Amino acid sequence: MSTAIGNTIVSLPDQSTARLPKRNYINNEHGLLSWLLTGDHKRIAILYLISITFFFFIGGAFAGLIRLELLTPQPDLVSSDTYNKFFSMHGIIMIFLFLVPSVPATLGNFLIPIMLGAKDLAFPKINLLSWYLYVIGGLFTLTALVLGGVDTGWTFTTPLSTHYLNTHVITTAMGIFVAGFASIFTGLNFIVTIHRMRCPGMTWFRMPLFVWSHYAASLLMVLGTPVLAIALVLVALERTFGIGVFDPTKGGDPLLFQHLFWFYSHPAVYIMILPGMGVISEVISTFSRKRVFGYTAVAFSSVAIALFGFFVWEHHMFIMGVSNYSALVFSLLTMLVAVPSAIKIFNWAFTLQKGSITFETPMLYAFGFMGLFTIGGLTGVFLGSLGMDIHLTETYFIVAHFHFVMVGGMLMAFLAGIHFWWPKMTGRMYPESLSKLAAVTTFIGFNLTFMPQFILGYLGMPRRYHSYPPEFQVLNVLSTAGATVLGVGYMLPLLYLGWSLKYGAIAGNNPWQATGLEWQIQSPPLTENFVETPIMDHEAYDYEWLANKTKHEVTTVG
Amino acid sequence: MGLSPVLWEFLVKWLHNSALFPAEASGISPYVDALYVFLLLMTIVGTALVAVLLLVFSIRYRREKNPVATQIEGSTLLEATWTIIPLAIFLVTFVWGALLYFRIYNPPTNAMNIYVVGKQWMWKAEHPGGQHEINALHVPTGQPVQLTMISQDVFHSFSIPDFRIKREVIPGRYSTVWFEPTQVGTYHIFCTQYCGTQHSGMIGEVTVLTPEDYKKWLAQSNSGMSLAQNGERLFASMGCNSCHSGNAAARGPNLAGVYGSRLTLTDGSQVLVNDAYIRDAILNPSQHVTAGFAPIMPTYQGQISEDGLIDLVEYIKDMQSNYRIQQTLVTSESNQAAPTTPTQGTTEMVKP
Repeated sequence: MSTAIGNTIVSLPDQSTARLPKRNYINNEHGLLSWLLTGDHKRIAILYLISITFFFFIGGAFAGLIRLELLTPQPDLVSSDTYNKFFSMHGIIMIFLFLVPSVPATLGNFLIPIMLGAKDLAFPKINLLSWYLYVIGGLFTLTALVLGGVDTGWTFTTPLSTHYLNTHVITTAMGIFVAGFASIFTGLNFIVTIHRMRCPGMTWFRMPLFVWSHYAASLLMVLGTPVLAIALVLVALERTFGIGVFDPTKGGDPLLFQHLFWFYSHPAVYIMILPGMGVISEVISTFSRKRVFGYTAVAFSSVAIALFGFFVWEHHMFIMGVSNYSALVFSLLTMLVAVPSAIKIFNWAFTLQKGSITFETPMLYAFGFMGLFTIGGLTGVFLGSLGMDIHLTETYFIVAHFHFVMVGGMLMAFLAGIHFWWPKMTGRMYPESLSKLAAVTTFIGFNLTFMPQFILGYLGMPRRYHSYPPEFQVLNVLSTAGATVLGVGYMLPLLYLGWSLKYGAIAGNNPWQATGLEWQIQSPPLTENFVETPIMDHEAYDYEWLANKTKHEVTTVG
Repeated sequence: MGLSPVLWEFLVKWLHNSALFPAEASGISPYVDALYVFLLLMTIVGTALVAVLLLVFSIRYRREKNPVATQIEGSTLLEATWTIIPLAIFLVTFVWGALLYFRIYNPPTNAMNIYVVGKQWMWKAEHPGGQHEINALHVPTGQPVQLTMISQDVFHSFSIPDFRIKREVIPGRYSTVWFEPTQVGTYHIFCTQYCGTQHSGMIGEVTVLTPEDYKKWLAQSNSGMSLAQNGERLFASMGCNSCHSGNAAARGPNLAGVYGSRLTLTDGSQVLVNDAYIRDAILNPSQHVTAGFAPIMPTYQGQISEDGLIDLVEYIKDMQSNYRIQQTLVTSESNQAAPTTPTQGTTEMVKP
């Protein structure tokens, strides 16, 4: 270890003598069955990580095919039906099989019990069941895909999905229905664990913000997902038996489906982004060596987002002939939900003030998140503003907006978290310079892909168009070029993280000198996490406590 | 050192088309663009602020420069600042957007009405004079135009980006949008709601003409029958006139002058008779029974196309008296009274 102040806080054990801990959750038991029947939240997190990565690359392949088709204005690569299936499968897979479970089911599953000082989640078997439901949901979706796909779009809009399409709507809807229960069980498990299993001294306001944001997201999962399940069951019933709930000729209301669908699917946006915000809080704090600025405000803003998130769904329907006065109310509430996000952004920015900042890969991804999420959030204000929404909705502007939030925001946060906790999960470091390159590539590729889509949207190019007027081609070519760069940016981590499993440097307990309880135990952790139940005798993000503790350890060892 | 010819052509083409901003071809466009510029500025300033904060703090407080962090708990004043200022800006946006929304969706009273029927995958426009257009729309400058739209199958959405207007076209429900074209030219019509296989083929062109050219176009494209005339034929052929005859003893209510009035129903509720009400009353009569009448009208669900319904609506809208209905009835009764062979069916309906 050098005595000069370097530009990194990474402190690894001496590589010539360092070994991975003899006993840990990975080598505790052997054989495939020991994984498939495990109750260990860490192993389930790894199972989730593998499955969502699989689906991410399938969804990504569809994105690539979409961008390839849109290189030219003419519909020349595939037929219109196939193109419609491409964007439907892209949306369905990315949202229900990647974004919704991404951070909570992997990082959340792995970390929440450890962060709370618990041995496992409250219901380990339900946790495993949740993964199996996810896999069954995924298999249904893959079945629909292999049998010929589905072309409803991820929104399943009636009466198109109930009366006018002959693709595998019910199979896919079943898949999402089942995967929805995976999400409900994860949320339920988190809520009970957070309420009941905190270690001595772990008061609500000593919990890491990662846990707070998962708590808020879990509430949304448990309360929102059943409504989606109901909406999908109604679609299936309408399709098979023609019950007529959504059919105007039978006295049904075609708009009702969209009310039900968005009642889940708007909160779902917060299910996706809140856990990512939790990751950013941890990363920003660790790499600036400072407690998160205004801890309580950040914690409560998560809950506020969850609360307001339930009362804004109609902003997806401003042009659909809803009453003018309800449009007013929903527009106002939409403006209010934007405020807690703004609070978070500024609190993170001011966490840096007077810190001691280093720029490891997770921090680069977190910076990327903050920039892109700010743009994504502010362009959301365009769409919440009634008169502006008329021109912008259903165009590429909206596509660009939600990709800024979901990909620029959530995926950046996911990658920040994966890099940040990779040493804890595997016991090994990822290669630093290659991963920095990946972070920068992703950022550049992302902006090149989605910035032109804002311009296209204002020009009026509708979303889900297989062919488009020739004057839109230049911007589409730029966007496709960006998608190529972005694709490289996402392939890189897959490769070097795989490589690091065997060749990465031994990380030791706490390579980042972070304060969370998860960093005070061995990496990879024991199956039972802690040797003895920890006692939380300090606040979250207490770097002085950490410094004292480290000094103490050095003296006892020495 | 020359630029590659391919690249050069690309650049020239790009500069030539320079398709980076839509035309401002309607009265509302400048107002929408003003809000857009405001929001763009908000985004640029907001993002720049975050970027500057990140950059400045990263440089000033990087580890080489500031090896030991100073712990700060938070600051109520600062946090209040970045709660209240964004909230204020968002509220301004809310009010501005709401005013614009009401302006875009509330038509002026002097707007001329054109009907639009959306179906997989085409737009059919029907002018009151009986002119029909497929995937095209001709409108004059300087005249507010209201579109009354309905879908025959799935959700569609009618969008003219250069006019900055868009509205969902819903199955079984009229929706309206209006605009005032200001610039002669042709502009895109898009269907923006995903509606199945040929969604991206559901496009058309709106042609904005000077008022004189528009008059010429109307005269050239006349199909010989106005919508109301079509409606009158339907009214007789479907047998509506036998009950809605306007006679004191008629089984159905008098329809002359009913449009725009307030009607009391049997359940005591009051309704405004507009296009949507007339359409619903034809399709679901049992739910729209005028007070004082028996619920005897059969449903016409599935028997009249949306085009036919538009004709009927347009006919009833313009109906000022029952004179022509009675004339038609007299004619058909005198036909029935004429000697016929007894074996022939007597239920045959007379089609004028």
